[in-house]
Amino acid sequence: MIHFVVHGRSDTVGVIVTEQVAPGERLSGWNLETGESLEAVAAQAIPLGHKIALRRIAPGEAVLKYNMPIGKATREIAPGEHVHTHNLRSARW
Amino acid sequence: MRAETFRGYRRADGRVGVRNHVVILPVDDISNAAAEAVARVIHGVLPLPHAYGRLQFGEDLELFFRTMIGTGANPNVAACVVIGIEPNWTQRIAEGIARTGKPVEAFWIEGHGDLRTIERAGRAAQRLLQQASELVREPCHVRELYVSAKCGESDTTTGLASCPAVGEVFDHLDSLGATMSFGETSELTGAEEICASRAATPEVAQEFLRIFRAYNDFILSHGVNLLGSQPTEGNIRGGLTTIEEKALGNLQKIGRRCRLVGCLKPAESPRGPGLWFMDTSSAAAEAVTLWAASGAVVHLFPTGQGNTIGNPIVPVIKITGNPATARSMSEHIDVDVSGLLQREYTLEEAGDRVWEMMIRVCDGRLTCAETLGHREFVLTRLYPSA
Repeated sequence: MIHFVVHGRSDTVGVIVTEQVAPGERLSGWNLETGESLEAVAAQAIPLGHKIALRRIAPGEAVLKYNMPIGKATREIAPGEHVHTHNLRSARW
Repeated sequence: MRAETFRGYRRADGRVGVRNHVVILPVDDISNAAAEAVARVIHGVLPLPHAYGRLQFGEDLELFFRTMIGTGANPNVAACVVIGIEPNWTQRIAEGIARTGKPVEAFWIEGHGDLRTIERAGRAAQRLLQQASELVREPCHVRELYVSAKCGESDTTTGLASCPAVGEVFDHLDSLGATMSFGETSELTGAEEICASRAATPEVAQEFLRIFRAYNDFILSHGVNLLGSQPTEGNIRGGLTTIEEKALGNLQKIGRRCRLVGCLKPAESPRGPGLWFMDTSSAAAEAVTLWAASGAVVHLFPTGQGNTIGNPIVPVIKITGNPATARSMSEHIDVDVSGLLQREYTLEEAGDRVWEMMIRVCDGRLTCAETLGHREFVLTRLYPSA
């Protein structure tokens, strides 16, 4: 069972691809670019299609997906945490 | 091994269609009633009611004529009956469509009334429908196809699976000499530099960035931004957080190898094979209507959370990488590529699935949207009528 997928080698977030993951659950993932298998621990429940932090992200730091910035962290994000509108904002608008 | 031929309708102007509609085209909002009445008495013709066509002017009027003429001229249309309130615009549209060499008849209501118009247009529609019913499909090559793509109700699975699967198909179509188009100007925000880097020449890159920036300036000139609209509520529910993230997923549709050969105004036809950017809204029904008017004959539509859109003259093929959507909205999904997320198959094999369905639909298989009666025909407006 694959729980999350990562687009690029330098990404700081992955995407949950199973229906729901539970807090503390050990997750298996893979990187689309490198083919490498990955592991992570969910810090909280995260729904299908939502993002999980792969490492600590500092407030104001660009969040990377597709090896590209997709916005800036609005507060500190811990590894395994759900990354969404509560802690990530567009850098464009 | 992906099939390179299908059975389509070769039209008088040499273009190839995959459907054989006889369209009843109202020129304006007040001719919808007559057009729909014709379709109630002549079974099998396709009326295209819409909300506009009166007192438009300038560039907005040009777009209106381009959309109307392009819709009637689309190779998926065998013949067309045009009905308007008065003769001038009605004949202008009919003459534009007739340049393709297909049968077109024009009727105007002033001086006749709805009832006599319905009878005269009905007799013409009956004759054209019977003629069209005798046309037969013949072998065609995929290089003769013009395929458009846009996604809708996107989520993160769109960027992971359904858009890259369409990108696989676009790269292959390009290598065979077909024509492709993508657009969604506002939805490239955050991926515009990557998009520009895919241009075949510096001139095309500059033209693309000029169009992109003009739209961005238009938004800012209203003293607003698109937060709350882009990403949409559905996108956010599906896990997309920012416009940059949505744009990077969106752009997976144009594959990895094909180059952008030029830019098109809304509803403008490509001037040759290859990948074209069209300046469109990201709203599904408006955008697909513009591509249909530009001559696209089949549309590939990746969706995450499940969009229901169809088009009256162009089959819209829905592709999802979201396993929950594939299950909960199965009657809308033509191709399920969610297995890609679980590494059940490769991206190339996901592309094979989309390709195979595209060929079957071009051969005549009805899409989910066609069977469900989704016939969204929505005109793009640039500004209010006079």
